[in-house]
Amino acid sequence: MSRLEVIKTGKLWIGGTWSRSESGATFVVEDAKGQTVARCALASRKDSREAVEAARAGLPAWRDATAMLRGQVLYRAAEMMESRCKEFTEALCDAGMNLPAARREVELSVDRMVMLAGWCDKIHQILGCQNSVVGPYHNFTIPQACGVVVVFCPEEPPLLSMVTLIGAAMGMGNTVVAAVPRSAAMLGVLLGEVLAVSDVPSGAANLLTGDIGPLLDPLGGHREVAVMVSSGLSKSARTTLRLAAADGIRRVHTIPWTDADWADDTQTCSPWFLDQFVEFKTMWHPAGV
Amino acid sequence: MGGDRHPVDAVMLARRAASFTRRSIKSDSKQSGLRLAISMLDLTTLEGADSPELVRALCQRAIHPCPVSLDMPVPPVAAVCVYPKLVPVVRESLLGTGVLTASVATSFPSGQSPLDARLAETEAAIAAGADEIDMVISRGAFLSGRFDEVAAEVRAVQDICGQTHLKVILETGELATPDNIRRCADLVIEAASRERDLADGALFVKTSTGKISPAATMPSVLLLLEAVRDHFRGTGVRVGVKPAGGIRKSKAALHMLVMVRETLGQDWLTPKLFRIGASSLLDDLVRQLLWTSRGHYAAMHDVAVT
Repeated sequence: MSRLEVIKTGKLWIGGTWSRSESGATFVVEDAKGQTVARCALASRKDSREAVEAARAGLPAWRDATAMLRGQVLYRAAEMMESRCKEFTEALCDAGMNLPAARREVELSVDRMVMLAGWCDKIHQILGCQNSVVGPYHNFTIPQACGVVVVFCPEEPPLLSMVTLIGAAMGMGNTVVAAVPRSAAMLGVLLGEVLAVSDVPSGAANLLTGDIGPLLDPLGGHREVAVMVSSGLSKSARTTLRLAAADGIRRVHTIPWTDADWADDTQTCSPWFLDQFVEFKTMWHPAGV
Repeated sequence: MGGDRHPVDAVMLARRAASFTRRSIKSDSKQSGLRLAISMLDLTTLEGADSPELVRALCQRAIHPCPVSLDMPVPPVAAVCVYPKLVPVVRESLLGTGVLTASVATSFPSGQSPLDARLAETEAAIAAGADEIDMVISRGAFLSGRFDEVAAEVRAVQDICGQTHLKVILETGELATPDNIRRCADLVIEAASRERDLADGALFVKTSTGKISPAATMPSVLLLLEAVRDHFRGTGVRVGVKPAGGIRKSKAALHMLVMVRETLGQDWLTPKLFRIGASSLLDDLVRQLLWTSRGHYAAMHDVAVT
């Protein structure tokens, strides 16, 4: 007996709940042959505002969780991705990738999540230090979370870049708002479903799908946002983002990586990449007798 | 007391209350709505940890709600609401600013003290300089059907208040049903206006203490507005309404204003007849105002004092 087709509706993951866009706008996701695969919510300016507020509200719980727990949560996310390999692979193929390449990207992405999970409770030893000072003081510099981080995901490589940026920002204790382009929308929804069952506290990660252009100004201009990380944006889009972020001393990072760079663990899991997601704090402490 | 009134239809009440949340308020009207909401605020702190220093800071905030200057000045709030012990501090901080001093009294929040003690507390608050008294009723008495007792205590506090404005807290969250809320509002308004000439705004009915949840929900506020409307139609006297508790976002405040406008009309859109009891709401109102004038959202640390 023939069945009615069940077409997925991708929603926005904001503050731990799946919601339609406040604007009601959606777009159709098609596979390489032009068949409708899903409908997905098109994030509006207001949704981006809600996402930042949710990320800010979720910050204390995630930032103050122990580094070990954050690592375990991200490792759990990797486990969940592994069990959904088929879905991720299909979504990549729908987006036009061939099967071997899709399989390879999913494997790389799961491994990437595992590596980033491992960094959570080890980064402090690498980036932190004890400074030699004149006087009877201990002097330490420690890395800590910046706050709310917005990542603008590139179109290529769709899954690997998304996992790297979100995993790195979360691993360092930040809460994240990820803007995912249309071409990777269903991968974003799948990744949200993975995070939703990985004990990620509400608001620690938020996913907006749709067109990145209209979100640059509201996300960049929101003063709760501490860091903006983008890759694959046009020159004019980068300018828009920098102008919006100029109000307040807030960081904007641009990642110029190629596909090969994204696949390279030594670059993507280097402490000198992860240090874009931390703030340094130096403390003086009397040395005593 | 309300014998000819139909019982409240809870389903239609909820639907009607929800309908007020579907108005689109943008640009200029949003700006003026936000300013109006700020001017109607009873900025409140009712904690055991309140100290004169904290309350002084709150008073500064009440006088100058916005930390940066905008093209159109932001009005001060309507009143600062505290426990009786802190009334002198508020009074001194607000002297000559036009912002009023409000005090809770009558064994806030439970009302579970002997009437003499509750009346004495009210007297002390007024003697210390309170312009407005927020009293609680005995919900226990109301729920056991001792309506006369509730009416008598309202009248007794009213006698002590004299010209001082009185707000009567029903604690709608404890009254269990919409019908009880409406009956209680009718009871309080009737008791306060029996054989007296109430001036417009001399009496307020207030939803909640803010100490229990649910507090000022849209349906419970609508019930108070309707009780006030029916009283106005019968007598021509304008009683005020004050939702308090749980209103933290600008959007919720604007919904309240829409409901007032569409239930009681433009006349009630003044701090003399409508107040909002809140504390963190002010931060959100100011953030929204900054957004409408700058185009970007302010961070919480840009506007919050505490």
